[in-house]
Amino acid sequence: MSGLAAPRPGSWRDSDLWYSFTHSPIAIGSAVVSLIFLLGAGLAPWIAPHDPFDIATLSLLDSFRHPFAGWTYPLGTDEQGRDMLSAIMYGARLSLVVGAASVLFAVGVGVGLGLVAGYAGGWVDGLLMRAADVQLTFPAILMALLVDGVVGALVPRDRHSEIQIYVIVFAIGIARWPQFARTVRGSTLVERGKDYVAAAQVIGIGRAKILFSHILPNVLGPVLVIGTLTLGLAILDEATLSFLGVGLPPTQPSLGTLIRIGDDFLFSGQWWVTVFPGLALLALVLAINLLGDWLRDALNPRLR
Amino acid sequence: MSPAPLLEVRELTVEFPTRRGILRALDQVSFAIAPGEVLGVVGESGAGKSLTGAAIIGLLQPPGRIAGGAVLLEGTRIDDLPAEALRRIRGRRIGAIFQDPLTTLNPLMTIGRQLVETIRTHLDLSAAAARARAVSWLEEVGIPAAARRIDAYPHEFSGGQRQRVVIALALCAEPQLIIADEPTTALDVSIQAQIIALLKRLAREHTTAVMLITHDMGVIAETADRVAVMYAGRIAEIGPVAEVIRAPAHPYTAGLMASIPALDRRVARLAQIEGTMPRLDAIPAGCAFHPRCPRGFDRCRQARPELMDAGATAAACWLHAHAPSAAHA
Amino acid sequence: MLVFILSRLLQAIPVLLAVGVIAFSMFRYVGDPVSGMLGQDYTDAQRTALIHRLGLDQPAYVQFGHYVWAALHGNFGYSYRIAEPVATLFATRLPATLELSITASVLSVVVGIPLGVYAGIWRRSWLSRTFMLTSLIGVSLPTFLIGILLILVFSVELGWLPSFGRGHVIQLGWWSTGFLTLSGLRALILPAITLGLFQLTLIMRLVRAEMLEVLRADYIKFARARGLRSRTIHFGHALKNTLVPVITVIGLQLGGVIAYSLVTETVFQWPGMGLLFIQSVAAADIPVMSAYLMLVGVVFVIINLVVDLLYYVVDPRLRIGRRA
Repeated sequence: MSGLAAPRPGSWRDSDLWYSFTHSPIAIGSAVVSLIFLLGAGLAPWIAPHDPFDIATLSLLDSFRHPFAGWTYPLGTDEQGRDMLSAIMYGARLSLVVGAASVLFAVGVGVGLGLVAGYAGGWVDGLLMRAADVQLTFPAILMALLVDGVVGALVPRDRHSEIQIYVIVFAIGIARWPQFARTVRGSTLVERGKDYVAAAQVIGIGRAKILFSHILPNVLGPVLVIGTLTLGLAILDEATLSFLGVGLPPTQPSLGTLIRIGDDFLFSGQWWVTVFPGLALLALVLAINLLGDWLRDALNPRLR
Repeated sequence: MSPAPLLEVRELTVEFPTRRGILRALDQVSFAIAPGEVLGVVGESGAGKSLTGAAIIGLLQPPGRIAGGAVLLEGTRIDDLPAEALRRIRGRRIGAIFQDPLTTLNPLMTIGRQLVETIRTHLDLSAAAARARAVSWLEEVGIPAAARRIDAYPHEFSGGQRQRVVIALALCAEPQLIIADEPTTALDVSIQAQIIALLKRLAREHTTAVMLITHDMGVIAETADRVAVMYAGRIAEIGPVAEVIRAPAHPYTAGLMASIPALDRRVARLAQIEGTMPRLDAIPAGCAFHPRCPRGFDRCRQARPELMDAGATAAACWLHAHAPSAAHA
Repeated sequence: MLVFILSRLLQAIPVLLAVGVIAFSMFRYVGDPVSGMLGQDYTDAQRTALIHRLGLDQPAYVQFGHYVWAALHGNFGYSYRIAEPVATLFATRLPATLELSITASVLSVVVGIPLGVYAGIWRRSWLSRTFMLTSLIGVSLPTFLIGILLILVFSVELGWLPSFGRGHVIQLGWWSTGFLTLSGLRALILPAITLGLFQLTLIMRLVRAEMLEVLRADYIKFARARGLRSRTIHFGHALKNTLVPVITVIGLQLGGVIAYSLVTETVFQWPGMGLLFIQSVAAADIPVMSAYLMLVGVVFVIINLVVDLLYYVVDPRLRIGRRA
C-alpha cells in the first residue's frame, strides 16, 4: 500500500471539513472576504477614516467629490459631504448586525419549534408544520413587509425610529423561521427513533434534557448550512426593506438605505453614491453565499 | 477450460484515489467465464464483488478507475475501448441486472417504453416489431396479460414482477453474458426462488452466461456451475460449486461453509470467523486473510499467494504450495 | 381525480380563512379609521353615531362576515391615502403588475431551464462553470440593485431604454396593455429582466441540482448498463424526471415573482399593485394593505392548488392510491 497517512484520532485538523476547506480556493477566498467585512464593519467606529454622522465635521463644500481622486475620500462623498468609505463601513455594520440578529431569532424560534414538533408528534406536530407550510407559500419579503407594516401602524410615529431596528429584526426573523423548523423537525423525527434516545428515556432522563442535550447536537449540521445561507438572505431582506423606505431609519443607514439615497443622483451623474454601497452589498452577500454553498457540499454525506 | 472463454478477466486492478492515499479495491483479480456458464461470485460486503461487475462493463463510479489488467470479451480487449464502442457492447453483448428493482426502473416511464427503447437501440427493428418482441419477452419472464401490462408503470407491479421486468430488459437485446448483481437480495424469500429459477431457465434457453454476484451461498449452490470466493478485493478460491462447498481448499471458504447453519444439527453457538474483513486502507501484507486464519504460518505473512492448484479447485493459499502448477483460470 | 381536487380544495379553505381573519383584523383593529374620518374636533355622540353607522359596534364575527361578504362583491373599502375605493385602485393597477410578472416569469423559465439542463449534463465545461458563477452573483444581488445597475448602464449611460413608467399603453376595456406599442414594450424590457433575473438564476441552479441528482439514480445506471445512447438517457430519462419536481418549484416561485414585483415596481416607478402597496405601507393605509393581503393570499392558494394538480397530472405514481 502506497502513501497512506494514519489519521490522528480526534484532531480537527484531520477532519474532512478542514481538508475540504484548505483545498478549496473559493472557500478560503470567501472566508477572507467575509472576515474583511466583519472586521471592517465591526471595528468601524474605531477604524473608519471619518465619522459620517458627526454633523460638525461635514461640510457641503465636500459634497459630491469624485472617487479615486485622492486618499482623503477614496470612494468619493455623497450629497452632504459624507465619506463614502466610512458610510459603507458603518452601513455594512448595520447590515451585518441586523442580518445576524434576524437569523439568530429565526434559528431560535425555528429550531425550538422544530424540536418540539418532531419530538411531540401528533397534533402538535401537525399544527406546527401546517403553519410552517402555509407560511412557506408566501415569500419571506412579503411576510417581513407585512409585519413591518402592521407594527408600524400599531406604534405611534414618534417612537418609530428608536424601535425600528428591533421591528426589522423581528419581521425578518418571523419571515424566515419555517425553513429551520421543518429541517429540525425532520431530523428530530429521525433521531427520536434511534436507540440512544430510547436508552435515555429508559434511564428516566426528562424530556427537556433529552431534547436539548441529546437530540439537539445531532440535528445542528443542516441548521448550520441553512443558517449561513439565510444570513445572506436576511441581509438582502433588510437591504430591500431599507431600499423600499420601510426599513431602518435614515439616521442609521444600512447599505440598503445608502443605495436608496444614492438612487436619486443616478441621472445627475454621481453614480458612485449608489454603486459603491451596492458593490459592497454584493461582495458581502456573495462571500456569505459562497461559504454557505461550500459548507453544504462539504457536510453532505452523499457527495463524499 | 477447453472451449474458448467468453469473458476473460486478467489481473484486473481497480483503484480509488482518495485524500488518504490510493485505495486498491480490486487487486489482480483473474478468472474466466465460458459461454453459457453460470459463475457465482460470492463474498462479504465490501469484498469487491459488485466492483468487479461494474469494472467489466465500464461503469465504475469516478474517482474509481481501472489501474491495471485487462478484460477480454471473446478474445478482444474491451476495457480500453472508447466510450461509444463500450456503449454498444453494453446491453447487446453484456447485460446487467441490479439489486433493487424499484429504483432500477424509471418510475415515470411505462415498462413498454423502456423495453422498446432498449430493443431499438441495439436491434434494427420497426416500432411495431420492437413492441411485439417486448410483449413476447414479458411473456417469457412470466408476466401475465403481457399485451395489456406492457403499458403499465413500474409501481403498478409487485416486487417480484418488477425484477422479472428487469430481467426482460437485461435480456431483450440478446446478450451473451449477464452480470447479475445481487438480483434477489431485495426480494422476499419466497420470491427469490422463483426469480433464480427464471434466471437459470432463461440463461439455459438462450445460452447466456451469467456472472451471479451474491453474498448468499444458498443461491450459488442452487444455480452456479462454478464459484469464485472473493476476499478483500482478491479471489480466495475458485472452482466447481460442488467441490468448493464439499471440500473447500482455502481456510476462508472453509470458515464460510462452517458458519452456515445446518438444518439437521443443533449447535450451542454458530461458528464464525474471528475478526472482520480488513478496511481497504489497512490490508495486511502477504495474504490478506492471514490475521484471521487458523492455519496461518510465516510464509503467509511475508508473501502474497497467487491462485494455485489445490486439487479440484484453485485457492490463493500457501497451504497448497506443494503443487507446481500455475494459477487456475 | 375528483377526490384529489376536492381534498385539495378543502385543505385550501382553512388557509383562506386564516388569511381572511388576519386581513380583517388588520383592517378593523389596527389604527383607528374612525378618528381619521372625524377630523380634529368631535363629540362623543358624533363618534358613537359614526361607529354605529359603520357597523363597528357589532360583534366581531358579524363584522368579519360583512367584511368577507363585501370582499366577495369586490368592495374592499376606501383607501385612507387616496380617497378612492380600493377596488378601483386595484383594477387600474392590476394589468401593469400582471404584464410585468408574466413577462418576467416566461423569460426566467425559457432561459433558465435550458441553461440548467446544460449545466447539469456538461457540468465540467467552462461554459457551465461560467453560468454557475454568474448565477451565484445573481442570487447574491438584491433585485433593486439589479434594477439600479441596469438603469445606470442602459438608461443613463447608453440612453437606449426608459427607466420609469410603462410607456404608451392601450386601453382594452378595463385592461390597459403595454404589449401593443413599441414604447410599451421598450419600457417593459428593463423591469422584466430585473424581476426575472433572480428567478432565472434560481431556476437554473435548481434544474442543474436536480439534473445532477437524477443522473446519480439507479435507473440511470441501469439505462447506461443497457447501452442506451447518451442522448436518450439525458433527454428521454433524466430530463423528464428532473422537470417533475422543478415544475412544482417553479409554480411556487411564481409567488416570489409577485412579491419581488414590489421592489421592481418601486425601482422603475412602474404603476402596478406593488408600488401601490409600498406607498400604503409607508402611509399606514390599512384598507389597501389588508385588501392586498387578501388578494395575494387568494392568488397564492390558487397557485398552490394548480401546482398540486400539475404534479398529479405529471407523476403517474400519484394517481394510484393515496400518497402518505
